[in-house]
Amino acid sequence: MILVVAEQRGGTLNRATWESIAAAQQLAQPTSVVVLGSGISSIAAEIASAQIQDVVTIDAAALEPYTPDGFAAALAQAIEQLQPTLVVLPHTYQTRDFAPKLAARLERALVTDVTAIKTGAEPGDVKFVRPMFQGKLTADVVPQGPTPHFITTQVGSFRADAAARGPSPAPVRALNVTVDAASIRQKPEAPFQEARQSVDLSQAERIVSVGRGIKEQDKLPIAQQLAEALHAELAASRPICDAGWLPMERQVGSSGQTVAPKLYLALGISGAIQHLVGMKGSQTIAAINKDPDAPIFEVADYGIVGDLFEIVPAMIDALKQS
Amino acid sequence: MKIAVCLKQVPTRDWQPRLDEAKSWIREQDATFEMNEPDAYALEEGLRLKEKHGGEVVVCSLGPSRVAQVLREALARGADRAIHVQLEAAGAASAGNTDAFVVAAALAEAMKSEQFDLVLTGLQSDDQGFGQTGVILAEKLGLPHATIVMDVQVAPPNVRVKRELEGGWFQWVGMPLPAVLTIQSGINQLRYATLKGIMAAKKKEIKAVTPAALAAPKAMIAALYAPEKNKEDAADRRRPRGGRQRARAPASRGSTRYMSHRSSRGHEVHTKATNCFLYSRELVSFVAARAFVRKPF
Repeated sequence: MILVVAEQRGGTLNRATWESIAAAQQLAQPTSVVVLGSGISSIAAEIASAQIQDVVTIDAAALEPYTPDGFAAALAQAIEQLQPTLVVLPHTYQTRDFAPKLAARLERALVTDVTAIKTGAEPGDVKFVRPMFQGKLTADVVPQGPTPHFITTQVGSFRADAAARGPSPAPVRALNVTVDAASIRQKPEAPFQEARQSVDLSQAERIVSVGRGIKEQDKLPIAQQLAEALHAELAASRPICDAGWLPMERQVGSSGQTVAPKLYLALGISGAIQHLVGMKGSQTIAAINKDPDAPIFEVADYGIVGDLFEIVPAMIDALKQS
Repeated sequence: MKIAVCLKQVPTRDWQPRLDEAKSWIREQDATFEMNEPDAYALEEGLRLKEKHGGEVVVCSLGPSRVAQVLREALARGADRAIHVQLEAAGAASAGNTDAFVVAAALAEAMKSEQFDLVLTGLQSDDQGFGQTGVILAEKLGLPHATIVMDVQVAPPNVRVKRELEGGWFQWVGMPLPAVLTIQSGINQLRYATLKGIMAAKKKEIKAVTPAALAAPKAMIAALYAPEKNKEDAADRRRPRGGRQRARAPASRGSTRYMSHRSSRGHEVHTKATNCFLYSRELVSFVAARAFVRKPF
């Protein structure tokens, strides 16, 4: 059987859970979904609408708030009881925090960031597809050693709306798992947002976004000028904000803002997956990059392979004339 | 405070991927290597904590002899000594055989006797990018951990860290020392090695360690390939190059075409984009027109 680990925070189910359920359903095996936390009955009921064998719950006060020690301890017991052959989790920051610990404790394989599943004719011939080398290459990875194997599904790679719903709600049952609060070493404080963001990129109609290709801070004004000519907001990929060239609040990607403007113009952005997840919902994507193999072109509607320092000034001129 | 920083050597960012004959790993002899970027931030954080609290910074890396280069660089930036867990000595055929489990197990074995107060790693590597090594290392060493860390406050016997959550949220988490932290890029501003540092590094120790036996990898790479383009792409690629071409009218996303041609200014245009334009006045006016005239864009 396959065990999908649902993710919730504060009584809200993370949508990426449905993507993991959709991925598990591709393998056409009995599937259970485990929900863990405290006061999770409404989440369990929500998941029960999926076409799955059952929903299992681990309701323990020690699991709220989330800690890697608590989650690893609870899930290790759940896996011991349920004996799945595959455990599927959404590749969220929370999963990244505890899944390697859980897999290491059980001495089992963990393949993270899976974008597709390839199944062969032979039973058990399953390969998990994932990016490597910053998306320059793709790998088919086969987990080794005894089961259960663990995989995490990259957010956005499987379609949440493709997850099949059952004719009637799946049964929900509680697992008998104990989590000793004293064994949890992390003491989390309440999550917070940095001082209210003054830039809300998610509302922008047009975005000009800058990546490593801009090379130096002194070159930023040309991107700024293009943004002004297009009446667009200026944004950036992570390395630009890391370097302090633009404030973090202008960062697009998994660790920054998720945007879906009508026009997203990517200047010198190679398109690491962490960036793509933050902007691939844009209506029209145009990309300028000198590397024809840059992953950004996989999602772009319009691509220009060339030197942005030549192209951008020409665009600014043309926009001024029009 | 005794701080360990785990470093990985990865291909440089401008490296063009080439595959080995088995097409399951890269041709390492063609690659140039550098310090994994998130690890560089972990090193910087370690150096800053040492400057504030005293103690030493020990850098650790698993890999073939070439990784001595990143260890030497770390020593030049201010690390006190290095531990090189030698891959060749352990009999691994290539770095492609070393997944996060193999690396973490070998590093844990080499680091155990050192009794570090704090172990730092980057949150993931720019090569395989499994993002697991630091957390597995914590489990192997029996230590608490936190991932995707953006700030570190040490107040023995505890450490308090700011974790990055998704969508602009953060969270402070406290835990007892010793602990393992995986560091997010951008936590600090990197320093470069000074000439004095480079000279001093020559006198610092790189201790070679041979692991007893490497763990078997748990993630086997069956195939490695360029991100797939569809068949139509390949057909288009073979088409003889003409002069300047104008792409057809925009189609809906998904009807992917592949075009390849050289522009008058020498820019080669070949992408999988739905519509590809030469870098030309037409493109520029097209974007301008779409941006202002047509609605919705």
